[in-house]
Amino acid sequence: MSERRVVVTGLGATTPLGGTIAETWEGILAGRSGAKPLPAEWLERYELPVHFACTIAQHPSEVLTKVEIRRMDPSAQYAVIAARAAMEDAGAPEVEPERLGVAVGTGIGGVWTLLDQWDILREKGPRRVFPLAVPMLMPNTAAGNVSLQLGARAGAHSTVSACASGAESMGTGYEMIRQGRADVVVAGGTEAAIHPLPFAGFSQMQALSTRNDDPAGASRPYDTGRDGFVMAEGAAVMVLEEYEHAKARGARIYAEFASIGMSADAHHITAPEPEGAGASRAMREAVERAGLSDRDIVHINAHATSTPVGDVAEANAVRRAFGAAADGMPVSATKSMTGHLLGAAGALEGLFTVLSVHHRVAPATTNLEDLDPKIDLDVIRGEHRSLPEGDVAALNNSFGFGGHNVALVITSV
Amino acid sequence: MADQQEILSGLAEIVNEETGLDPAEVQMDKSFTDDLDIDSLSMMTIVVNAEEKFGVRIPDDEVKNLATVGDAVGYIQSNQG
Repeated sequence: MSERRVVVTGLGATTPLGGTIAETWEGILAGRSGAKPLPAEWLERYELPVHFACTIAQHPSEVLTKVEIRRMDPSAQYAVIAARAAMEDAGAPEVEPERLGVAVGTGIGGVWTLLDQWDILREKGPRRVFPLAVPMLMPNTAAGNVSLQLGARAGAHSTVSACASGAESMGTGYEMIRQGRADVVVAGGTEAAIHPLPFAGFSQMQALSTRNDDPAGASRPYDTGRDGFVMAEGAAVMVLEEYEHAKARGARIYAEFASIGMSADAHHITAPEPEGAGASRAMREAVERAGLSDRDIVHINAHATSTPVGDVAEANAVRRAFGAAADGMPVSATKSMTGHLLGAAGALEGLFTVLSVHHRVAPATTNLEDLDPKIDLDVIRGEHRSLPEGDVAALNNSFGFGGHNVALVITSV
Repeated sequence: MADQQEILSGLAEIVNEETGLDPAEVQMDKSFTDDLDIDSLSMMTIVVNAEEKFGVRIPDDEVKNLATVGDAVGYIQSNQG
C-alpha cells in the first residue's frame, strides 16, 4: 500500500475572537484582542489578582439547544460547535461511520461540572448531584460527545498533554488516517477552564499577566514588558481527510497535514528546559518526517504564551533546531490576540497555520513594542507578511506542562 | 396540595427542561421509556426535580414502578405534603 497522505478539508472554531473560524481569522488579521473583564462578582468574592481573560465571543446558547447545554460540560459544548462547523465547512463529506474518527483533546477537562457538582453535594447532598456529572467531567467528554453527534465510529480519542493537547490530538487524527483506521477524522482541542479555581491556581504559579490596567495589551509575546499569559477558552477543530478520498469527492483542500514531531523534556513539571533540547528535537523530527529541508519552512506559528521564561526557551529551541536557516522562518505569536486557550491552543494555532499556508499570509504579532534582545527570531510585527508562491511549508509549535513538545508541519497542496 | 392537573403540568415542565420534549406530549398514558424515550439517567433527574417541586420523597426502589406519566402523577398525589 502506498503511503496515505492527509489533507485538511474543513475548519471550525469558537474562540475569544468570534463564534466561527472566519470571524476569528478576520480578528487575527485586524489585530483585535479577545480580552474581556471577568465578572465583577468573582473579583469581589475571590479577590482574584487578575481581572480579565479571553472568554469566548459567542455564548453556546446562541447555537445549542437548552437541553444540549444542560447535558454537556462547556468544554464539550465548544467542541461540538466547532466540530459541526468544521464538517459543514468540509462540505458534509459522506463517509461510512466506521471510517469516520474523532480526536479531540483538552488540557483540563470538565472542570466547571466537577466544581459545580462538588458545591451541590456540599450544599444539597448526594441526591441532588446530577446523574450526568461523571460523563460531563471526564476528560474525554468532548471526544465522546463529538463522536455521538457525528455518529463517528472509527474511534474517538482524547489526548491529554496540557497545552499541547490540541496539537497532539490533530497528530492522533493524522496517524489514524495514515494507519488506515479512518478516511476522515475530526480533530482538535477544546478548553473551558475560566473558573475561579484554575484561575487562582495559575495565579499562584505566577503564570498569568497581571496587567489589569491594560487587558488588551496584556498578552505580549516576545516583548520586554511581558509578565505572563492571558487565560482563554474555546475550541478549534479541523477535518482531516485522506488525500484520494478528498480528491474523489472534489473537496476544497486547504493544505496538507504533512507530519508531527513529539518529544518530552523530563526536566521539570512546568518549567521548559531552557536550552530547548526537547522542543528542538520535536521540530526536527517533524521537518524530517515530512521529508523537507529547513529551507522549505517559510513560517512558524509559535507557542509563545507571553511568559518571561517560556518565550525565550522556545526561541532558543528554534535556533537550536534550525541554526541560521531560522532567519528565513518569520514567526507569528497569535496568542497576543487570542490569549492562551490551553488544551485548545495548539488546535487553534494549527488552524491558523493552515490558513496562513492557504492564504499565503502570516499574521503580525500584536503588542510587540520592544523586542526582547534574548529573542533571536524574525518576529512578524506591524504588517502581516506575505508567504512566497510555490510549494511552502509552515511549522506550528505547542508545549505543555509535563514537558510535552509537539510540532506540526503543514504544507501547501 | 397540588391537584392532578397541576402535578401533570408541573411534571411536563420538568420533562421539557430535561429532555426538550414538548410539554403537550407528556400525557397520563405515556410510558417514560417507550413513548417519551427517557433514559434512566434523565429519569433520575426528573425524579429529583419532582421531589423538590412537590415536596415528596420518591425512593429509588419506587422509581422502577413509575412506568407511565400517570403512575408518577398518582404517586406524587398520594404522597405529597
